[in-house]
Amino acid sequence: MAEKLMGKAMKRVEDPRFITGTGNYTDDMQVPGMVHAAMVRSPYAHAKIKSINAEAAKALPGVLAVITGQEMLDAGVKGIPTGWLHPGIKLPPHYAITPDKARHVGDIVAAVIAETRQTAEDAAALVEVDYEPLPAVSLGSKALEPGAPEVHAEAPGNLCFEWSIGDKEGTDALFERAYKTVKLNLRNNRLIPNAMEPRASLAQYAKASDEFTLWTTSQNPHIHRLLIAAFILGIPENKLRVIAPDVGGGFGSKIYQYPEEVIVLYAARKLGRPVKWTARRSESFVTDSHGRDHETVAEMAVDEHHKITAVRVHTVANMGAYLTTFAPAVPTYLYGCLLAGTYKTQKIFCQVRAPFTNTVPVDAYRGAGRPEATYLLERLVDVMAHELGEDPLEFRRKNFIQPEEFPYQTPVALVYDSGNYEVAMNKAMELVGYQELRRQQEELRKQGRYLGIGAITFLEACGLAPSALVGSLGAQAGQWESALVRVHPTGTVEVFTGSHSHGQGHETAFAQVVADELQIPVENVTLVHGDTGRMPYGWGSYGSRSAPVGLSAIVMASRKIVDKSKRIAAHLLEAAPEDIVHEDGKYMVKGVPEKAKTFFEIALQAHLAHNYPTDLEPGLEATHFYDPKNFVYPFGTHIAVVEVDPDTGRVKLLRYLSVDDCGPIVNPLIADGQIHGGVAQGLGQALLENAVYDDEGQLLSGNFLEYSIPRADDLVQIEHDHTVTPSPHNPLGIKGIGEAGTIASTAAVANAVLDALRPFGIVHLDMPYTAEKVWRAIQGAQKLPQAAD
Amino acid sequence: MYTAEFDYKKASSLQDALSLLQQHPDAKLLAGGHSLIPAMKLRLAAPSLLIDISKVPELRGVRMEGNTLIIGAATTYHELETNDLVRKAAPLLTEVIPHIGDPMVRHRGTIGGSLSHADPAADLPAAMLALGAQMKIQGRSGSRVVDADQFFQGMFSTALGEGEILTEIHIPALSGRQAYEKFPHPASRYAVVGVAVVAGPEGVRAAVTGAGEHALRLSRLEQALAGKPLNAETIAAACQNLLSAEGLNHDLVASAEYRAHLVDVLAKRALLRLV
Repeated sequence: MAEKLMGKAMKRVEDPRFITGTGNYTDDMQVPGMVHAAMVRSPYAHAKIKSINAEAAKALPGVLAVITGQEMLDAGVKGIPTGWLHPGIKLPPHYAITPDKARHVGDIVAAVIAETRQTAEDAAALVEVDYEPLPAVSLGSKALEPGAPEVHAEAPGNLCFEWSIGDKEGTDALFERAYKTVKLNLRNNRLIPNAMEPRASLAQYAKASDEFTLWTTSQNPHIHRLLIAAFILGIPENKLRVIAPDVGGGFGSKIYQYPEEVIVLYAARKLGRPVKWTARRSESFVTDSHGRDHETVAEMAVDEHHKITAVRVHTVANMGAYLTTFAPAVPTYLYGCLLAGTYKTQKIFCQVRAPFTNTVPVDAYRGAGRPEATYLLERLVDVMAHELGEDPLEFRRKNFIQPEEFPYQTPVALVYDSGNYEVAMNKAMELVGYQELRRQQEELRKQGRYLGIGAITFLEACGLAPSALVGSLGAQAGQWESALVRVHPTGTVEVFTGSHSHGQGHETAFAQVVADELQIPVENVTLVHGDTGRMPYGWGSYGSRSAPVGLSAIVMASRKIVDKSKRIAAHLLEAAPEDIVHEDGKYMVKGVPEKAKTFFEIALQAHLAHNYPTDLEPGLEATHFYDPKNFVYPFGTHIAVVEVDPDTGRVKLLRYLSVDDCGPIVNPLIADGQIHGGVAQGLGQALLENAVYDDEGQLLSGNFLEYSIPRADDLVQIEHDHTVTPSPHNPLGIKGIGEAGTIASTAAVANAVLDALRPFGIVHLDMPYTAEKVWRAIQGAQKLPQAAD
Repeated sequence: MYTAEFDYKKASSLQDALSLLQQHPDAKLLAGGHSLIPAMKLRLAAPSLLIDISKVPELRGVRMEGNTLIIGAATTYHELETNDLVRKAAPLLTEVIPHIGDPMVRHRGTIGGSLSHADPAADLPAAMLALGAQMKIQGRSGSRVVDADQFFQGMFSTALGEGEILTEIHIPALSGRQAYEKFPHPASRYAVVGVAVVAGPEGVRAAVTGAGEHALRLSRLEQALAGKPLNAETIAAACQNLLSAEGLNHDLVASAEYRAHLVDVLAKRALLRLV
């Protein structure tokens, strides 16, 4: 048989269609009779809707309907639910069109349906909404202050939920008797996802069969179907087909059930016409769920041996105006449970208060909770190492969980599956020339040049997740994945997966693995995803779960095909099934290579069933539902080198090196791409990106002239390598790699900038490290003595 | 966003453009469209008619007349960026233009469009002031020539009157050694501050963009260096408090005070390149 494809850097089969503009995105869809929706959005962060006058809009030729929140309420359309609950959580209604008051800039107050997009937009501008502006609150901690404007009557004091994990008393006691402690006030800046493809939805209603079809930009079409059918429209799930065709990036922002999807479905049924909506980029800024936005007090304690004994964290996590699909999970289980990192911390306590504010909802954004945890932990570690006079990496080495200690029970619920942190760190230090860099840094400082070396070791929990475990923690969803492998009579194969590819290259990587398992040419494997009408059930792609969970399901289904093929071969070869071996692409009698059947012959016979075992079903397809036994825990060491220009405060990235361990790699080209993109995105948070609200709740950075995302010239050629520590609990030993770059690079770049600023006595600055902020810090700090915490 | 409805006419000549402009007072001239179209999409502009002057022959091309470089207003950035006459006569332009937008923008955007739009953060106005350029303006009743110093009058505001078209830019050839230093806005890549300097036999001409309502000469710097040799000491001494922060632009990226500081830093860096 040909070489194994697992581990081969195959070019992506998706790329020719994407780079020649022949991809098929939701906005490309044209359906006969299709009309268009435009949304009337609140310009106020907080305002009572006194009345809506749609007469002028309706009078415009081509306008078919102006839909209000009250109309949809009267029609029995329910609010959008959240998919994760905590004890005591407040769940105010979240209607697709708000009937009573607007709670953030961009909140939908009416929808216009018209024959053309142009007319719909023109008419939306003519809808007169009489607002009574109310005081607004945008910062989480301010929303929790007494007397703050109340976002929802159902959540007095704006507190959506309070959550904690860990041993509070034990942690406090360790702080009491600590050798040294450090404390940082951190603001984790709010980010806007900015997937390349704006969100879009197209709904069609077939009156004859009472069936809906929704094409939409989704990372998880089955979740959309479940929420819309069972909770919002109250229709049978089998009457709604959700299709997520080519999707141009998600980063979490396309997990959620959004208002516009409900509106186009409602309008399609009301008008008997297909209805399409596509976000303008300026709408994306004020409607796609944002990420991060934490205000945190973080503390660390060590003993006299410089061992980390305790970590204590208090966070205010801004939820925005409404809870979107997984929002309550992000600053809690995906955050507090990660605070052990790669270290043997004895006790950890984390308390999170999550307020509603008059801002865009906040939910998972690439990394989701784990970048926030990594950032605060790795900042604490760096500051502590400096306080102790230790090299930051040697301090980390001293505190690592050791390879023989796995599975490792952390003090914050998680049990790590496998890891070897020191090997990855040593490799990174060697590749980057760490000691030489430190010497260079010393030299340059004497010349008034400020190099910063930021090194972090990190770990993340991904591959979401054992269903029973997440269910016990509040998930209103399963977290297994399904696969159907269907062999055609000629031996070609279709693989139906519940994972969704919106840039990840599943069509390539998953086909490589199936080709290996079935020992057939990769060209004979086609991957099908993103359609509830074609796939078995699936929970979709987020949390770096596609390879560890989705692909594991595919592997298990493929192995069922091999087992059945052996039985068919045994019958055809008149041998016992246990004597059949699957080698070189053939099923042969062990030790008698001339007695063999090809996959084509077996597939054909499975369909003809002319010469076939009497106790075996005809056909050759297999379904597998795979529920992971644990999360998987990728890890690594990332090192960023920056230079700060003291005259302007401008930070320039000089080098970026990562050593990642995500277990065995399916396709290095794709894995490297994930790291490149992830590192760039994480660097964006550290240096550039910041969603800024003013006190009235206006988003000041609401377009690409103000909101800065990384460009090619902000990056350098990323250097990287891998170590391989397989996960012990999935068939290929795979760990996820989709978020690792983002989780690691924000902290690495932050540490690098603060390392560069150390000679000025600057201990901490909040991200993003924009030039003026750094310049001002230098200006201010030069007048101060070398200050510790 | 979607623009409001508008008509489109393509001007065949400068006269044609001028008479269309006279017939339709709320029309807008379309050259590269890279400022106008985004403004229309945001509905900040809603002209009833666009008069396309991008192919008007009188407005295109680069030539030398005596010691003056003459650039047609509808010449694209890309044409200028790759033009040898420009490189020889006004190397500052060859340096500045790659700072503008990206290759797509530079293939459509025009020098006259940028100067007429007078974005306070555009790169070219600083170069025009430092080079001592003049703008040729055509109206129905004839043409006039305006110094760059008088051309930029405010935020998005120039000496162009109603019904007038900027037709040519006149630049004295190789008036001295030239440099441009820019601190780009991290998102838009427009100039937070950009300083252009030209050191000729009659002294230093320096101008800044991005700092104020419109590009302006750095007269304090020019005076401080008048009659002095250009070296590290004179430059360092001169590049201090060149502009008062009061009245300067401020936004999420840079306060007025920081902009004033950047003017000093960038002026120094630009001048040091000429030593």
